[in-house]
Order: sequence, then structure tokens, then C-alpha cells
Amino acid sequence: MTTLDYLQVILFLALIIGLTPVLGNFMFKVFSGEKHFMLPVLGWLEKLTYKFIKIKPDEETNWKKYTLGLLIFNFIGLVFVFLIQVFQAYLPMNPDHLPNVSWHSAFNTAASFVTNTNWQGYSGEITLSYFVQMIGLAVQNFVSAATGIAVLLALIRGIARKTTDKLGNFWTDLTRSTLYVLLPLSILLAIALVGQGAIQNFKHYETVQTLQGAQQIIPMGPVASQEAIKQLGTNGGGFFNANDAHPFESPTPFSNLLIMFALLIIPASLTYTYGKMVGSVRQGWTIFTAMMILLVTGLGISLYAEYSTNPIFGHLALMEGKETRFGITNSILFSVITTDVSCGAVNAMHDSLSPISGMIAMINLMLGEVIFGGVGAGLYGMVIFIILTVFIAGLMVGRSPEYLGKKIEAFEVQMAIIAVLLPNFVILVFAAWASASNAGLSSLNNSGPHGLSEILYAFSSAAGNNGSAFAGLNANTVFYNLTLGFGMLIGRFGVIVPVLAIAGSMAKKKITPLSAGTFRTDNSLFIALLIGVILIVGGLTHFPALSLGPIVEHFLMNNGITF
Amino acid sequence: MSTKLNTSLFNKKILLQATIDSVIKLNPALLIRNPVIFIVAIGSFLTTIIVFAGIFQGNFSSFNLQIAIWLWFTVLFANFSEAIAEGRGKAQADSLRKNRTQTKARKIVGKQEVSVLATDLKKGDIVICETGEVIPSDGEVIEGIASVDESAITGESAPVIRESGGDRSAVTGGTKVISDRILIRITSDPGNTFIDRMIALVEGAKRQKTPNEIALSILLSGLTIIFLLAVTTLPAFFGYSLSASGLPMSQNLTIPVLIALLVCLIPTTIGGLLSAIGISGMDRLLQRNVIATSGRAIEAAGDVDVLLLDKTGTITLGNRMATDFIPADDVTIEELADAAQISSLSDETPEGRSIVILAKEKFGIRGREVLHLNATFIPFSAQSRMSGVDITSNDGKLHQIRKGSSEAIRTFIQNNNGFYPQVVQDIVTSLSLQGATPLVVAEDNKILGVVHLKDIVKGGIKQRFAELRKMGIKTVMITGDNPLTAAAIAAEAGVDDFMAEAKPEDKLQRIRTEQTNGHLVGMIGDGTNDAPALAQADVGLAMNTGTQAAREAGNMVDLDSNPTKLIEVVEVGKQLLMTRGALTTFSIANDVAKYFAIIPAIAISLYSNKTGIGPLSALNVMDLGSPQSAILSAIIFNALIIISLIPLALKGVRYKPVSANTALSRNLIIYGLGGIIIPFIGIKLIDILINL
Repeated sequence: MTTLDYLQVILFLALIIGLTPVLGNFMFKVFSGEKHFMLPVLGWLEKLTYKFIKIKPDEETNWKKYTLGLLIFNFIGLVFVFLIQVFQAYLPMNPDHLPNVSWHSAFNTAASFVTNTNWQGYSGEITLSYFVQMIGLAVQNFVSAATGIAVLLALIRGIARKTTDKLGNFWTDLTRSTLYVLLPLSILLAIALVGQGAIQNFKHYETVQTLQGAQQIIPMGPVASQEAIKQLGTNGGGFFNANDAHPFESPTPFSNLLIMFALLIIPASLTYTYGKMVGSVRQGWTIFTAMMILLVTGLGISLYAEYSTNPIFGHLALMEGKETRFGITNSILFSVITTDVSCGAVNAMHDSLSPISGMIAMINLMLGEVIFGGVGAGLYGMVIFIILTVFIAGLMVGRSPEYLGKKIEAFEVQMAIIAVLLPNFVILVFAAWASASNAGLSSLNNSGPHGLSEILYAFSSAAGNNGSAFAGLNANTVFYNLTLGFGMLIGRFGVIVPVLAIAGSMAKKKITPLSAGTFRTDNSLFIALLIGVILIVGGLTHFPALSLGPIVEHFLMNNGITF
Repeated sequence: MSTKLNTSLFNKKILLQATIDSVIKLNPALLIRNPVIFIVAIGSFLTTIIVFAGIFQGNFSSFNLQIAIWLWFTVLFANFSEAIAEGRGKAQADSLRKNRTQTKARKIVGKQEVSVLATDLKKGDIVICETGEVIPSDGEVIEGIASVDESAITGESAPVIRESGGDRSAVTGGTKVISDRILIRITSDPGNTFIDRMIALVEGAKRQKTPNEIALSILLSGLTIIFLLAVTTLPAFFGYSLSASGLPMSQNLTIPVLIALLVCLIPTTIGGLLSAIGISGMDRLLQRNVIATSGRAIEAAGDVDVLLLDKTGTITLGNRMATDFIPADDVTIEELADAAQISSLSDETPEGRSIVILAKEKFGIRGREVLHLNATFIPFSAQSRMSGVDITSNDGKLHQIRKGSSEAIRTFIQNNNGFYPQVVQDIVTSLSLQGATPLVVAEDNKILGVVHLKDIVKGGIKQRFAELRKMGIKTVMITGDNPLTAAAIAAEAGVDDFMAEAKPEDKLQRIRTEQTNGHLVGMIGDGTNDAPALAQADVGLAMNTGTQAAREAGNMVDLDSNPTKLIEVVEVGKQLLMTRGALTTFSIANDVAKYFAIIPAIAISLYSNKTGIGPLSALNVMDLGSPQSAILSAIIFNALIIISLIPLALKGVRYKPVSANTALSRNLIIYGLGGIIIPFIGIKLIDILINL
């Protein structure tokens, strides 16, 4: 690594740390209904939206109603995206006459975008029409991210309020996060990307003559707008199959920095918003720090592994599969943050990472996407781990466990365990199924431990709602489309429902005032504890499988053996 | 009671009984109460079947047999920990039972007296008890007064007075009337008396899981399910790796190895010790002569962050002491001391006696016989609120000497056409400000001065409160004194807050307010009018000397009736929760080392060349002898750690009154870091022993 490499990483992290309070504070104002500078600009649209969908914005509901609204909304989204795919040939904005999508691929894609996963079993440019991309997928890119924020807001209210059953209004939260946060930022980013040279059009695919004289079809489309929300909403589903390695999505090193910034900034800022909403900014920074330590550690290991000598090739840093325009460091940085943040956009092929770098990406997924994680989702996932940490370690101060004054009792523990259990169920059971059945194994392009890594990665990506792939796995089969599709739904709603249940139960409790006898959740000791619990509870489960995949591959590579 | 019993950890009788009980507890119906250990038992059972199947098929595996044996030991050790905790309770229960003799009761039916068995008595029955008889059941004295020997339940041999009406009316079945005769209305149905409940509680027979214990069980079961998933899916990944390494499927993981891995990963340590920790918490409370009506109450005690403490008896010694004489103008201090002494000679109250003592110490005024002085003692009465003497002096004149509160003396002086000087009033006010009680002394129509009666704050109490503050517990002093006096004593004792001129209903109100603000409140009480507050408090510690109503309302009873006990109760509660947390952390932290023992062992052949030693042997950081010894060492460590932690589970982790942060750091280093490191050492040592 050169000084410039270090500088790039430091600049990137400094940008995130510096702007977290700024965006965090803005979001705090938006979500707590305070006055903010976007109100005069878009306030009319908010009111219009409420009038249109006929809701009273201040009418708050209990957790069951909140959950019901959320589930109905997402179910309608799922059905809608499914239908427009299987009937896309009969729908407008399909200049290249792409045929109807197969039912299982359509289900997988619908589940993928509704759950903010954006796993793509298909190749975007040769499968989906502009109509599906814009009306189906882009809309879900917004609202699935907004759904994540809404769940987080309900949880925060559950923690911050006392003796009430009101958690807010799902529709208001959905509208506000879309309208004031995601939409303006997307527009800004899209313009900046177009400025850098990303394309934005509705043209036919262009046919060009290459230098060798061959004919090549160059896909076109409304890329920049799609790109912007895909990053900001931690969706990650590329317009093109090559995702951010495609020059039309990310044309320049600056656009690369911009999109990396875009994918991390909202999840990072939400920790600040969280702190403000629960009444202690310090609590927010504590979570931020824990996440940042995990991110930087993963990044360090990954960079070290990638820059280490590969004995098979005898030279440093393999470029195969990396983002050749921006270099190894940017490829690794991207791979780490995109797996931390549950985005899943890629600018390098994770299949080509060194075994340990690939494992870091995989661990990031397996930990439940809590290192910043998806918009809203990462933080509410982190709160689950906080609840477990508080429960396990909190007893050691000699009081029954409490978090921010709320007692953690059987119900919360039960829900937290379910939220941890279900994604792990998807990873372990489905991956085991795939690695022991012909349906699963026939899709593999690689043999040896790397093949196992590909399967593990796919299901971890689905369960964590990440959406990135290890590639090398042909996932567009009935088996993978269905298992991954259900995996994504379980990984998403199997966490959301328990989280909202926790919110509902916490809201009803009293707040025990802070005293010297309180287990502190805003100091370095707690950060260490939280990281320990995440690694032991979230990580150790997967250690056996990981040791049969990337770990053994690493040792084999050092012995000069490949498959 | 309990202190007289031999309850040392390794009492032979208890150990023997516990060993038998741990086998009896293999009954699946009992095991299922503990899901973690139940899973281990299923694993042991399966492994045993596989061992026997192997024998019949002619390929006996001593490795599988050893796994089976150690798995059974894991279950037995867990059972043993529970059995030994229960055994200690049982020993206490047996001693209680001895006192519950099959007495006959003299039941009053109409105007007749009928002899019935004590166990046939029902609520509302009326019985009669005379000298030497054992009180047949719990009840309330409705007529008469008697001294009762309650040593059967309290261990205190000095008899106590029980009388109808007032706050000393409750009697307990099994105690003995030493003198006099009382009529008792029975207040408990058979099998539900105080002693019955004590026996049930200490035996753990009716032990209900406490809320925190339930939550922890859910967590442990959840972790067990997660690890169950990880282990059951492993053969699929392993099969993939076998075929990728060109090895036959017959080398896939065997069921005993998978079970060994599972048992090592699931939290068996805390799972096995959980109920022992709970029972021993109850036990530790009992050793302090406090009986909790539920484990829930002990947990609540750990959470309490506001303590309501009665001033008298808890913060101050019960009695006020005279410490000074302050004369009025034109009166010498000797005159005042002399008058105060004379008026107190026949005053048997502690205050009166302290005046006599002070007069003797300071001025050498000796005791005089009241009769020789032609004096008549006027005792204190609620109406006059004064006491004193009437003396006929040598000249035949009658002198009235009175001492009492300033208001009472002011009235007395004015009735005698005397004058109440401002100076005296100033002294009274300034003494009140200091938290003292001023006692004004007057003779006829002249004020002589003021006796300074002081509340004596108990030694060491201030430090105790400072400790509580460190632990985040707020102390509130409750007193009937006026605000000035209360404030001064509060300051001297170092309490955080006080309630002056408090009535019982104020207590209740205060508890409600604190609870609304999210606090958990602990209080101590004895009187019937304390009952609502005791019931409302999260921890209501009733004194055994109190009324039946108070004892019913609280969720703990202090047999010693020592008001300071509440603080100890809080400590027991905290220690219980700490022990639970520490052992949970330890148990989960143990997993790291076990992974490093088992994973390289089971995966050693994968991707190997001819040597049979594959790349994953690099994970064998402990350099364990062989794959089989590695797995055995891990499982043996897992079993032995349960038995070696039993003393800790029973005694509880070391407790110090420190802040949450300090306690956490300390426990985390010992049980978190220790939990990661110790198994590395332990497994390595066992492995060396196996491979000797």
C-alpha cells in the first residue's frame, strides 16, 4: 500500500465521521416533526401525500397496527413487482422488447427489492425493461429503505417513550424518510454522477462497431438516478450486471468516492439521530464507535490479506477481478463497506478476493449486517445485539438488565433471540441444503473450498439482505431463486417483526432513572462488550462452516494448492 | 435457626443425599425443566445407544464409550449442583419440621372447649393456649397477653410478648407459650402456615422460576437452538469438503462427535448451575434469618434503588439521650440539673434514665429516694405531655417540677401565671435545628432551662449509606419528627432524603410516586398501618415481631426484626444477579477455546496429502495430542467445569459495595477474560493427562 492508499481510506472515513452529525441532526429534526429547511420546499408534497392516501399524519398507532401497515405495504410491493416482471412484455417502456421474466426469477427479484436486498439472480440489462427498473425496482429502492428507517423510528420511540403503546404512524414515517431524506439526497447525487459522466436516458440499446470490427450492443438507460438511490438506500442492485465496475454507473475515481460515501452516510448518520432521539448523543456515538471499530478491523485484515504475497503467483496484490481503474485499495474498501452496510453494490468481484478478504466480506454478512448495516436495518439489528449484551453482561452489575432505563425481560430476550436465530437459520440450513444436493451443487463454477464459500456467501447475502454475490454461482435456477427468495424474506421480516414487538413492549415500560448502580451503555467498556457479544454470538455459529470454506482455502493457497 | 445448623458446603450427609438425588433427577420429566441439560441428556442417550449398537455389531469404539461416559457425567454434575443446593435447604427444612409437633389444639366451639388435631384447624377457628402449650397454628391474639418462646423459628431464646390489639398480636404455629393464657384466632388454613411455607420454600419444592431466570433460560435455549443448527448442518458442509478432497463419505462426522461438539458449544455451565444459583440465593437470605416468600422478591431486592428507612431503630438508636443542661437566665446549671434529676428519678423511660445518668456524671448528683423527699411522681401522659414530681418541701409548700415539650411547659407555666422567656424559646429553636429534642424543665411558675435530648445516630450507619449511594441506591429516612429535627438527623446520618411528620399513608404515597418515576422501592415495616405500604413496595420486609397483617403484606419476613436488615437483603439480591451474569459470561466465553480444540480435530484429514494431516491442523493452536484426545479433553473440561464451579454458584461471586462500572470491570476481567483463557489451559492440561 502506498501513502496515497492510506490517505484515500483516511479521507473517506473522515468524511463519514465529519458529516454524520450534520445529516444525523437533520434527520432528527425530520423524524421528530421539528422545523427543518426542507419543509418549505417539500412540505406541500407531504401534505398532498397524506391527503392522497387518506391518513392523519399525527394519528399514532400501537406496534401491532404499525407492523400490520408495514407488512401490507410490503406485500403489495412484492406482488406488484412480481406481476410487472412476469408481464413486462405487455407493458410500456420496453424499447428492446425484453420477454416476460420467469416466475421464479420474478419472485426472487421481487423479494430481493422489497427486502432492500437487491440480490440479482438475473443480468439487469438483458432481463428487465426500463418500466420494471423504474416503476418496480427504483420505487422499491426508495420505499424499502424508508421501511427500514420506519422500523428503526418505531424502535427508538419504544425505547425513548414510557408507559404508552403508541409507536408513531408508519405512513408518516415512510413518507417523511422518502420525501425529506432519500429523495433530495438522490437527486443531488444523481446530478453529481451525471456531472461525472454517468448516463441518464431512455434510449434504445446502441450497436457500435468495435476496433476489431465486431458488433457490440451497448445497453443504455436511466442509470444515474437508479445509481443514486441504490447507494443511498443501501440497496445495491445495479442497473447493469457489472454494477459499480461499469463505467456508466461509476465513471471516475471521484464518482467512486461519492458512491462509497453515499452508501455509508445514512446508516452512519442514523446512529447520531438515534442518540438525539433517545436523549443522549453519547449513546449514538457509542454505537457508531463500535460499528466503526468493526469496520476498520475488517478493512485492515482484508487489506493486509489482499496485499500479502500470494505464493501461487509470487507477486503482490492480484488485479484479477478488482476494479482495475481505481486500484486494489478502493476495491477492498468498497468490498468491506458494501458488505458492512448491507448495500451489496460492488466495484470488484468478491469471488476474486483473497480467501481471507472474501471471508471478511462474508463475516460482515453473517454477523447480521449490523456494522452500520442497511438503512435503518443495520441499527435496529445492532439494538438486538445491544439487548443481548445488556442482558448477558448487565447482570454482572447486580441489577436485572436494563437498557436506557428500560428493563430487559423475558419477552425482549425472546424476540431478540428470534431475530438472531432466523437469519442464521437461513444461512446454515439453506446453505447446507445447497451443498448437499444436486440442485445446489450444479450451479457451482468452482470446486474445492471456494465452491463452498460461494454457496455460503449467497445465503449469507440473502439472510443479511445484502445482495452482493460471490459470483461464480449461477443463481438463476429454480432452486436458488426460491431458497434465496425465501431466505431474503425471512432475513428481513423475521427481524422486523420481533424488533417491532420489542418496540411495543419497551414503550409500555417505565424508565428507571440513571444512577451509579446503572449498567452504563455509553462507555468504552460497553463498546468492547458489545463487540465481544457480536463476535461470539453472531460469529462463532459460523466458524465451523467458515473453516471449511475460506479458512482452509487460505491455508491451501499458502501451500500452493488451488482448485 | 440456620446458623445453628451445619450447612457447610461439604457436609457428608448432604453430599451423599445429593449424589443419590442427581441420579433420581435423570427422570426426563424433571430434566425437561432445564432445556440445555435436557439436550445433553438426549445426546448422552443417543451416544450410549450407538456404543451398544457398536458392541452388538462387533466394532466396539472405546472413544464413543468415553464420550458417552463424560456426557452422562455432564448431566449428573448439573443435577448434582441442583441437588446439593436443595439439600442444604432440606436440612434447614427438617429442623423446622421437628418443631412442628403434632399438637392437640383446644378449640373453642360455642362456649365449649374441644380438643382437635392442630392440622384440622381452619381459618377463623378460635383456640386457647396456656402456659407450656405449643401454639397450634398461625393466628392473632384476640384476648390476653402472654410471653412466647419463638426460638423455633427465630433462633432467639429470649421470650417475646404477644398481646391482643396493637402491633404485637401475631403468633406463629410451633412456638410455645411460656406464661399466661391467650385466645387466638387462627389465620391460616392447614398446610399454608408460616412454617409450612418456609419448609416449602427452603426445600425448593414449589420453587417457581423468577422472571430474570425465565428470561435467562430463554436466552440459553435460544443459543442452544442456534448451536444445534450449526452442528446439525455441519455434516452437509463436511460432506462437500470430503468429496472436494477426494475422501470417502464414510469419513463424515459421526453422531457421537457431533454431539460432543454440540455439548461443548451450548451453554452447559450456566445451564447446569442456574437453578443452584437461584436456590442458594434463597439460602443465603435464610442464613441472615430472612425468609422471602418468593425468589422474585430477592431479584427485586437487587434492583431496588430507593430504600425507605424508619428513623428510629434503623438510623438512630431507639432512644434519645440527654447530653447537656442549658439553664435559663438567673438559674445556675446545678439548679437545673438538680431539678431535672429529681423529676426523672422515677421516670423509667430511657430518656428519663439518661437524665439521671448525665446529672450524676456531670455534677455528681446522686440518686435520691423519691419517698424520702415526700414526692409524688407524675408520669407522662398523652394529654399533659409532661412528666415530673410534686414535692412538699420542709416548709410544707408544694412544688411542682415538670419537664416536657416546650408547648406543654408553656401551657403549664401560663396556667401557673408564670413567664416563658424568649431566651428559652431561642434555645429550644436552636436545639431543634440541630436535630435534637429540647426538654424544657420548669418549677412552679419559673422556667429553669432546657435539657438537650439527642438522637444518637447508629455507629457506622453513615458509611453504610455512602456505600449504598455508590451502588446507586437512594436512602429516604421516614420519621414522625418535625422537619427541622428530621433535616438535622438526616444530615448527620448521611441519608439522601427524608420525610418528616410522616404518617403511614404518606409512606404509601411516597412509594407510589417513586414507582411512577421508575424507581424500585424497598421498605421495612411492622405495624398493621404499614401493611398497605409493605404490599405496594417492591421489596417489603416485614419484621417478625410485627402484626400478622404486616407479615402477610410484605414479601419477606425478618426473623430477627432488625431494621438494618433491609440493606443486607439488597446485597443478597445483587450478589445473586451478579453470580448469574458472571457464570453466563464465563459459559459463553468458554466456547472460543472449545472451537479451537474441536474444529482442527475433526477437520484434520480434509484436503490432506498422503500424510493424512490437512491444512486445518494449523488451527490446532493448543497443539493437542490427537484428534480424539482433543475432542475428549474438550468434553471432559466441559463436564469438570460444572462441578468445580458449584461452590461459586452456592456462595455467590465476591460482593463489594461499589458502583456498577467498577463491579462490571472486575467481573468482566475475572469471568469474561478468564472465561476465554481458562479453557485453553484446562483443555491443554487434560489433553496432556490423556496422552500420558
